[in-house]
Amino acid sequence: MVPATYYIALSVTLFSIGAIGFLIRRNLIVMFMSIELMLNAANLAFVVFARQQLAVDGQVIVFFVMTVAAAEVAVGLAIIIALFRHRQTLNADEVRMLRW
Amino acid sequence: MIDVSWTVVLPILLVTGTAFAVLLADLAVSGPDRDGLGWIGIVGLMVTAIASAALWNTHVEGFAGTIVLDRYAVFFDLLFCLGAGLTLMISMDYLGTIGLETGGEYYAIVLFSTAGMFLMAAADDLIVFFLGLETMSIAAYVLAGIWRSDLRSSEAAMKYFLLGAFATGFLLFGIALLYGAFQTTALGTIAQEIGPSTGLQRTLAFGGMALLLIGFAFKVAAVPFHSWAPDVYEGSPTSVTAFMAVGIKAADFAAFVRIFMHTFAALAIEWTGVLAVLAVATMTVGNLAALRQTNIKRMLAYSSIAHAGYLLVGMVAANAAGGAAVLYYLLAYMLMNTGAFAVVIALGKRGEPNESLDDYDGVGLRQPLLGICMTVFMLSLAGVPALAGFTGKFYLFSAAVQRGYTWLAIVGVLNSVVSMYYYGGVLMRMFMAEGGKRVQGTAHRPYLTATLVVATVGTVALGIFPSWAFELARSAFLSLG
Repeated sequence: MVPATYYIALSVTLFSIGAIGFLIRRNLIVMFMSIELMLNAANLAFVVFARQQLAVDGQVIVFFVMTVAAAEVAVGLAIIIALFRHRQTLNADEVRMLRW
Repeated sequence: MIDVSWTVVLPILLVTGTAFAVLLADLAVSGPDRDGLGWIGIVGLMVTAIASAALWNTHVEGFAGTIVLDRYAVFFDLLFCLGAGLTLMISMDYLGTIGLETGGEYYAIVLFSTAGMFLMAAADDLIVFFLGLETMSIAAYVLAGIWRSDLRSSEAAMKYFLLGAFATGFLLFGIALLYGAFQTTALGTIAQEIGPSTGLQRTLAFGGMALLLIGFAFKVAAVPFHSWAPDVYEGSPTSVTAFMAVGIKAADFAAFVRIFMHTFAALAIEWTGVLAVLAVATMTVGNLAALRQTNIKRMLAYSSIAHAGYLLVGMVAANAAGGAAVLYYLLAYMLMNTGAFAVVIALGKRGEPNESLDDYDGVGLRQPLLGICMTVFMLSLAGVPALAGFTGKFYLFSAAVQRGYTWLAIVGVLNSVVSMYYYGGVLMRMFMAEGGKRVQGTAHRPYLTATLVVATVGTVALGIFPSWAFELARSAFLSLG
């Protein structure tokens, strides 16, 4: 039986990779992927805690989170496409019309 | 068995029903004039407001205690109805100037976002709060970018979406840690068990609380998580900016106050210190940055950041007076800020947004109604007495002083003095500068005029007779728990 702390450590690692990836990477799709990684790290944490208590609450919560993430993906990709039609670029640094 | 309680979700169902009615009516209406859809929305919101007000004295819980309709939720339901109603009114005149008058889905998305806000205010469970937050936010991301032909709007939507989703990630992981600590996401249970928690449970709870704090700080644009707000507010269509600045901010604070000032009340010593530092940074950076702006929407964005700082001062007080002050200030802020954005819309016309501060030269003399209204709004935002902004700041700072945070109140007052410079700067330009710009103003825009009048009268009325609203806010805050 793998101890729960190992899973939680994995979840925290995934979350950190997602957060750092969002801050460092400049490609819009990769930034979006990092956000999805963060949400799925939270999903893993929910499942681990639910398993620890032998309850299903956390696993049902994962369904809710996945649904919301799917809706967010739909809207997010539509926004990225709308932006791409204007600027023909996926580089976050090149979209700077609104700076100071 | 499934614990379905129709009373609990009645306001939410009414708003969602209105949104669907607008969507269906959009199919039936032909021709370029979609004002009727706005009216359907406003009538629906009025029905929702009446239904919510009728539920003021009933405290009901439903769906296994995850959604609760207490006075706190009803207060915010009324607030959101007012905010969404004012937004729809100014949109009806504004959409024509940006070429979106044939798009009826704008009205439906505003109403769907409002439905999410209703759910956030009534949530007694972290997952229901998360669902409401995401419903509201995803609709808002669409609204920010709804002016597809404008590059700035698409860029604002992209920035709003990325930073908003990033913040949601932090919130969700915090909820996961709290679930791990307490084996439940129900706010009532967490409130009782968080005080006497020890050891690993306490560590997990602290971690969850810290991540929730970071997520909320992103959402309300507190410094140092504020960088998205000026760009998003400037790039979005102005009516959407008004909706974001008043409605979404109010909803975020509704959840923030319920979760921190009520659920985490037992650990108040831990988070009030952090919030005090955030409040000082937010007020100061917001006001100092606003001094240097030349675009009115960006200036109002930084002013919005500063006002979030004042609201955080009220939260630091961590008692009933502070909570009531925050609720009251959200109402006052809704009126004066929507009015300010309505004036910004009034100055623009198709092809000429006139958003630079130079465009305000002499407008007050040529358009007296705009001049009077903008005077009321700018002075109220700065905190001049006899207007709603002063009474709000008075309640906020006196709540902080009551709890021994006198230094925080002094910082707040100094910041209000600084803010007078840029609010007064707009007024000086409007009345004392020579300019030749012919603006359309309120001619042929009845809905905009009506909104300006409502906001002006409301701001002055709240400034002269604040106690009835403050008592409502106090009884709303005390109904938590």
